[in-house]
Parts: sequence; structure tokens; C-alpha cells
Amino acid sequence: MIDTALTDWSRLQFALTACYHWIFVPLTLGLSVIMAIMESIYVKKGDPFWRQTAKFWMKLFAINFAVGIATGIILEFEFGTNWSNYSWFVGDIFGAPLAIEGILAFFMEATFFAVMFFGWNKVSKRTHLAATWLTGIGASVSALWILVANAWMQHPVGMTFNPDTVRHEMTDFWALVLNPVATSKFFHSVFSGWMTGAIFVIGVSSWYLLRKRHTRFALASIRIAALTGIAGTLAVMLSGDSSGVHAAKYQPMKLAAIEGLADGGTRAPFSVVPGVEIPGMLSILATHNIDGYVPGINNMLDGYTTPEGETFPSAEKKMESGKKAIEAFRTYRANKDKDPHTAMQARKVLEENIDHFGYGYIQSRNELVPPVQLLYWAFRVMVGLGGYLFLLMVAVLWAERKKRLAEMKWLLRIALLSTPLVYLAGQAGWIVAEVGRQPWTIEGLLPVRAAVSSVSVAAVQTTFFIFVAIFTLFLLIEIRILLKAIQKGPETDNTPNQAQP
Amino acid sequence: MKNTLVSIFNFYAEGFRNMTWGRQLWWLILLKAAILFLVLRLFFFQPVLGGKSEAEKIEHVGNELINP
Repeated sequence: MIDTALTDWSRLQFALTACYHWIFVPLTLGLSVIMAIMESIYVKKGDPFWRQTAKFWMKLFAINFAVGIATGIILEFEFGTNWSNYSWFVGDIFGAPLAIEGILAFFMEATFFAVMFFGWNKVSKRTHLAATWLTGIGASVSALWILVANAWMQHPVGMTFNPDTVRHEMTDFWALVLNPVATSKFFHSVFSGWMTGAIFVIGVSSWYLLRKRHTRFALASIRIAALTGIAGTLAVMLSGDSSGVHAAKYQPMKLAAIEGLADGGTRAPFSVVPGVEIPGMLSILATHNIDGYVPGINNMLDGYTTPEGETFPSAEKKMESGKKAIEAFRTYRANKDKDPHTAMQARKVLEENIDHFGYGYIQSRNELVPPVQLLYWAFRVMVGLGGYLFLLMVAVLWAERKKRLAEMKWLLRIALLSTPLVYLAGQAGWIVAEVGRQPWTIEGLLPVRAAVSSVSVAAVQTTFFIFVAIFTLFLLIEIRILLKAIQKGPETDNTPNQAQP
Repeated sequence: MKNTLVSIFNFYAEGFRNMTWGRQLWWLILLKAAILFLVLRLFFFQPVLGGKSEAEKIEHVGNELINP
């Protein structure tokens, strides 16, 4: 029996690494678009001011990229050491997208990144611009493959389980890539990166305006960033809407936990904060229909039938089915070489119950409910901050267009102080996504308790604290280098060596 | 073909040679890579299934899954 302390420490370590990784990724995604737009204006207008502006943000992009690079590799180390059962069980389903990501990311980044930084004055303006855009596109394409793998864990499709190899085998690559959860997750993550980039640029530029430095540069940067951020937020809202529909369809327990919805029904209310509800709103968000049925936590544990007559089994029935699947798997393994007939019968039972395989490891129905309080508040922090930052970007853009922003010190201070909030919103979003699927590593197929490796708790604790130390050190280094670069500010084209990183 | 490869090599070589603030970032990347691969990977993150044959891996994970 796997110790729950081992599962919890392994989860905590993975969460720490993923959260740290997500500090750097969204800024890479967002800043790459903003600096590419600035360079596009330079190529179109020929005004060197835009070249300087783009170059400054490229410098901050490079610092963020350099510190963030390879943090994702640590996650892969953890897969092999702490999550070996999971790593083997998922087979090539997880390996294929990650391999594509690794190869693509390396070649795209090594090529276009180099042209972007080394290519000023060496390649044509248009070639350089193409490299800048392709650096950003490459980062988004990398994210796509990671999110395809992640979405498969939330909604496994396009595969079959092979009891001989104890692995899942891909049967439909396109079902994996076009998984609806992957699509909405990709757009939601990438466009939230645009918001991060925008708020970061607005925050830094506001600091310059407060210090009465680089005024033209700061106002121009704020204009481009706010427009990018507003467009990104609208896209985040759209993709968030489809994420809600997909959660209702494929992960209804996650949705019910986010809402703290004990008992569902039609015209389900949306809880704004405890005690404040909008009648029927949850049904609209989950099904795009005010009369849509949304099951609550108790409904899913007890089993329920929708108004359309579709029946869903209780937790106990699923657990029973899961235990049958595991027992059949055991029988198949024990008999496949000595009693083919018994083995084939067991295999048939396994295939009939495979959808509930993971439920066989669940000991109590309460294990099937993710942490409601954490999810409830994480979701509200994400949405609340997203709405606030959207209004902030609209206000900042309005003031800039009215040529009043430089004098509105209170708004500049708010913009500067709001910079960390976009990171908080992003982290809250990932808490919703990942804590919301508990207890599963792979929805319905493998709970975390069965996915974890049998290693010592002390080993995981040791590496956890090593990570805390290393991650904090690198984060402080990044912040120091970033602040130094911001303090120095954008340079003129006359500055020696300015063309080189 | 040879000229193209030489040009590409020169492009990278010149780029690295003329780096100013980027040099600091490269040192940071190298330091990080060294910590990741020479310390963490070697001493703390030995893959549990590493060194096992395909059949041994199947046996190991199969046993883990049927004896939860």
C-alpha cells in the first residue's frame, strides 16, 4: 500500500515545479507577441523608435527565457522517479506529444531565437521580423503539445489499454490532438499569456512614467500592450466559456467542486461569493441553456439520471466495476501463459470495465471529491482578477488615448502594483485545472495513489526542499537581472553593441 | 552547400562573440543546466524503471497496479 504521505509529497513537489514553471511561460508567450507587433510597426513605418522599443522588450524577454528555460525538464525527471507507474501506464500517449514538443521547441527556438538576437543588421528587416514572429509562434506551438498531453489526462481519448504491455497505446493521433479539452485549454493558456505580457509591459512602463523617464517609449508600449492584453482577455473569456462546457461534459465533479454545488438540477445557480448567487447562471455557463441539468457532488456520488433520461452510476458501482477490472487484470496476467481460455475471459471482463479501472483503487467515495474550498476560491481569484485586469487595461488605454495617462499618477501606481496580480491569476487558474481533477492523474483510469512510485518519503521531501532553495535562488536572480535592465531602460541606437544580446 | 553551412556557423560564432549583456544569461543557463543534469539528475532523480529490461518494466508496473 502506498503511503498517503508519499503521494502528498510527490504531488506537492510536482505542483511546486509546475507553478514555478508557469511563472516564466506566460510572460514568454505574451511578450513575444507584443515585441513582434512593435517590430512590425518598425518595419512598416521605418521609425527607429519602434526598433529601440521592440529591442528593449526583447531584452526582458531573453532574461525571462534564460531563467525559465529547462524548468520543464525537472517535471520530466519527476515523471521518471516519482511517477514511474503513471509514466509507464500512459505509454506513447504522453511520450509522443512531449517528444514533438522537445524537437520542435529546440529547432524553432535555436533557429529563430538566434536570428532574432544575432540578426539585427545581418538579415533583412522582413527576415528579422519573420524570425521574431516565429519565435513567438514556436513558443505557442511548444505549449500546444504540452497541453495536448495534459488535456489527455483530463479527458483520455484516442487510445486503448494493452494488458500485455501494461500500457496505453495510441489508436487515433488526431483524436488526441483535436481533443476538445486540449483545444480550449490551449487557447485559454496562450491568451492568458498575452494578458501576462500586457500587464507586465504596462507595469514596467508605468514605472517609467512615474519616474518621468522614457515617456514616449512608455506610452507607446502601454498602447500596444493594452490592445494586446484586451484582445487576449476577450479570447480568454471565450475559451474559458468552452472550458466550462467541457468540464460539465467530461469532468462534472470538477465543475461541481468549483461551484461548491452539493445538489444539482436544472436552472442551477452560479455562486459569485458565498451567499450571493445568480439563479440559472451555472446552467447557462455549463450547458448554454438555462434549463440545462448540472449534477451536484451528491448526485454524482449517489448516481443520477438527467432529464433526458441518461443514467450515471453511483460511486460505489464505479468502484465495484473498477475492482472487477483490476481483478480481471490480475487473473489475465496470472493465466495468459498457462491457461489461455481463463486469460481471454478475464481480458473480456477487463475490457468491459476498463473505463472505471481507476475507481478500483478508491477506498472511500469521499476520495472522489476534490478539495472544494480551495477550488471554489481559486476559481474566483482567477476570474475576479481577470475581470479587474481587463478593466485596468481598458482604463489605461483610454487615458493614454486621451493623452492624460502621464498625469494620472494614481492610475500608474495602480498599474504598477497590479503587475503581480496577473501571475496570481495564472497560478489560480492552474490550481483550478489540476486540483480540480483530483484524485485522478488520468481521469477515471489512474488515481494519484496508484500512479506514484514506491520511493521513500524522505527522498521526495529532500528533493522538495532542494527545489524550494534552487527555485527561489533562480527567481531572485531573474528579478535582480530584470530590475537592473529596467533600471537601465531602453537604449538609443547610438549605444555601442546595442544590436547584440 | 558548404558555403551555406560556413555562413550559418559564422552567423552563430559572430553572434556569440559580440554578445554583451547576453553573456551573463548564457552563464546563468549553463549554471542551471549543470545543476539540473550533473547534480539533480545524477544524484536525486534516478528513474525507478531505469536499467530494467522491457519485460522487467512490464512486470514491475503490473505488480504495482494489481497490488495497490
